[in-house]
Amino acid sequence: MAVLIYTQNYDGKFKKSTFELVTYGAAAAKELGTDVIAVTTGKLDDSILKELGKYGASKVISVTNNELNDFSEQAYASVIEQVAKNNGADLIVFGNNPYGRAVAPRLAVKLNAGLAAGVIALPSSTAPFTIKKRAYSGKAFADIVIKSDVKIVTLNQNSYKIAENPVDISTEEFTAEIPTGAYAVKPIEVIKTGGKLSVTDAEILVSGGRGLKGPENWDMLEEMAEIIGAGTSCSRPVSDLDWRPHEEHVGQTGKVVAPNLYIAIGISGAIQHLAGVNGSKVMVVVNTDPDAPFFEAADYGIIGDAFEVVPKLNEAFKKFKAENALYVSIITN
Amino acid sequence: MKALICIGHVPDTTSKIKFTDNDTKFDTTDIKYIIGPYEELALTRLLDIKDAGIEMHITAVNVGTVETEPTIRKALAMGADDAVRINADASDNLFIAKQIAEVYKNGDYDVIVTGKESIDYNGGQLEGMIAEFLNLPSVSGASKFEVEGDKVHLEQEIEGGDLKLEASFPFVVSAGKGFLPESEPRIPNMRGIMTARKKPLQIIEPIGQDAVTEISKFYLPEPKPACKMVDPDNVDELVRLLHEEAKVI
Repeated sequence: MAVLIYTQNYDGKFKKSTFELVTYGAAAAKELGTDVIAVTTGKLDDSILKELGKYGASKVISVTNNELNDFSEQAYASVIEQVAKNNGADLIVFGNNPYGRAVAPRLAVKLNAGLAAGVIALPSSTAPFTIKKRAYSGKAFADIVIKSDVKIVTLNQNSYKIAENPVDISTEEFTAEIPTGAYAVKPIEVIKTGGKLSVTDAEILVSGGRGLKGPENWDMLEEMAEIIGAGTSCSRPVSDLDWRPHEEHVGQTGKVVAPNLYIAIGISGAIQHLAGVNGSKVMVVVNTDPDAPFFEAADYGIIGDAFEVVPKLNEAFKKFKAENALYVSIITN
Repeated sequence: MKALICIGHVPDTTSKIKFTDNDTKFDTTDIKYIIGPYEELALTRLLDIKDAGIEMHITAVNVGTVETEPTIRKALAMGADDAVRINADASDNLFIAKQIAEVYKNGDYDVIVTGKESIDYNGGQLEGMIAEFLNLPSVSGASKFEVEGDKVHLEQEIEGGDLKLEASFPFVVSAGKGFLPESEPRIPNMRGIMTARKKPLQIIEPIGQDAVTEISKFYLPEPKPACKMVDPDNVDELVRLLHEEAKVI
């Protein structure tokens, strides 16, 4: 028995979302009375691998095949299947991110495992194995029962609180068999989106809608994001109009986000938009229209013109930042 | 080129979600059903490619009971050539994927297209499961789909960037945002609706596959306390609330 966690690394480093997964896996393993094994790809420094021990992983396996530098759904699913079988994994945890979404379903077929996608909590019961997931695009939740011997879950980002729980960790290298034809879909190149904070990683998002009237008016939002250490995002019309890049689109058909703080400026709050952001801990809305539906979903609201409110708010954030030295360390942590 | 496209039958995106039977069933009262938004994008993209002169036969497939037929007919009205309905209640993903894989085996398809995820169960599992059942290559959440001869150029959003890919037939792909560039999903016209009535819709019975998941209960989100309004001339107050009350900055 073991809980196996797929821990993606990015250029040889782990991100906070990985530590969230390991913290979650450790808590699940405690419920199940078993150990946590992490699996990652590539040759990583031992010191990096051992970071996972801080969050409760007792073993980390790095799969060292060079082929895995390129992503392939088939190859990754096969590699994780081999590790899962070698280690008797009965619960496998992925992040509900592009890799998890691509690999977990293939693995489910290989292991005849039930897959719960987008879970937001630990299992509420281990027999029958019952776990809560997001459903109806954030408008509801569902308890899903997994009846197979092996269970797979993908955890929604920012749904479990990272906590340190240091244990002794061993590291192990593994050379997997890569199935023939696994790279039949040929990777050509990766176009990096740059060093900007991605909308799913950001703990604070400053988001703009059509109320901002044009792409030239985003400077004040970028400024706010810089002051408070936030990422920037936008509503669907804004990305459809090409005012902002598509990777910033949050909502039902864009990215689903769950930051600590979501600041919506000039976004009316259509149900499709709310579906993508209502997992946020705190929502602030600035809108000229007092009847904008977003005010019903938000925690704090300002009725006012973004062009007047945002510059004032930026000054207030600057002042606050200057007065609170601690604040800087919180947001850059 | 022969394409098999999986069509989801889901509640309209503006639906108010409610449950019945002690919160174990979705309340279908007053619910309007639509083709899943991602499948609608994907079907439109295939039709655009066909209109651009690439020979293509499009089969729409759905696992569902008779209630899903109007949704399947809508796909035919948009322009799919024919359709298959596997007569079963769609709930477990391995079960659904197995049925679609079976349809593929009995046809001569070059590509299977699904949406990135359904907007009701939010599973996003079919593409990978179908591909694995058939041992086919797969691309999840494609944000581009360009056919050039016997190759397809794709893009897949990964963390920190976009991965450019090149696939050869046959393969499985799920359509994310961007799959349909710069155009709105097609709305069936009157002629489409009329011809859809005469297009073949084959109904087949499912093959065996044990369901390994089931939903035992639904929940609605807790109602939020009323929004606290802050005077636009006193934004310092908002900063104070975010710091002292919400503790998010």
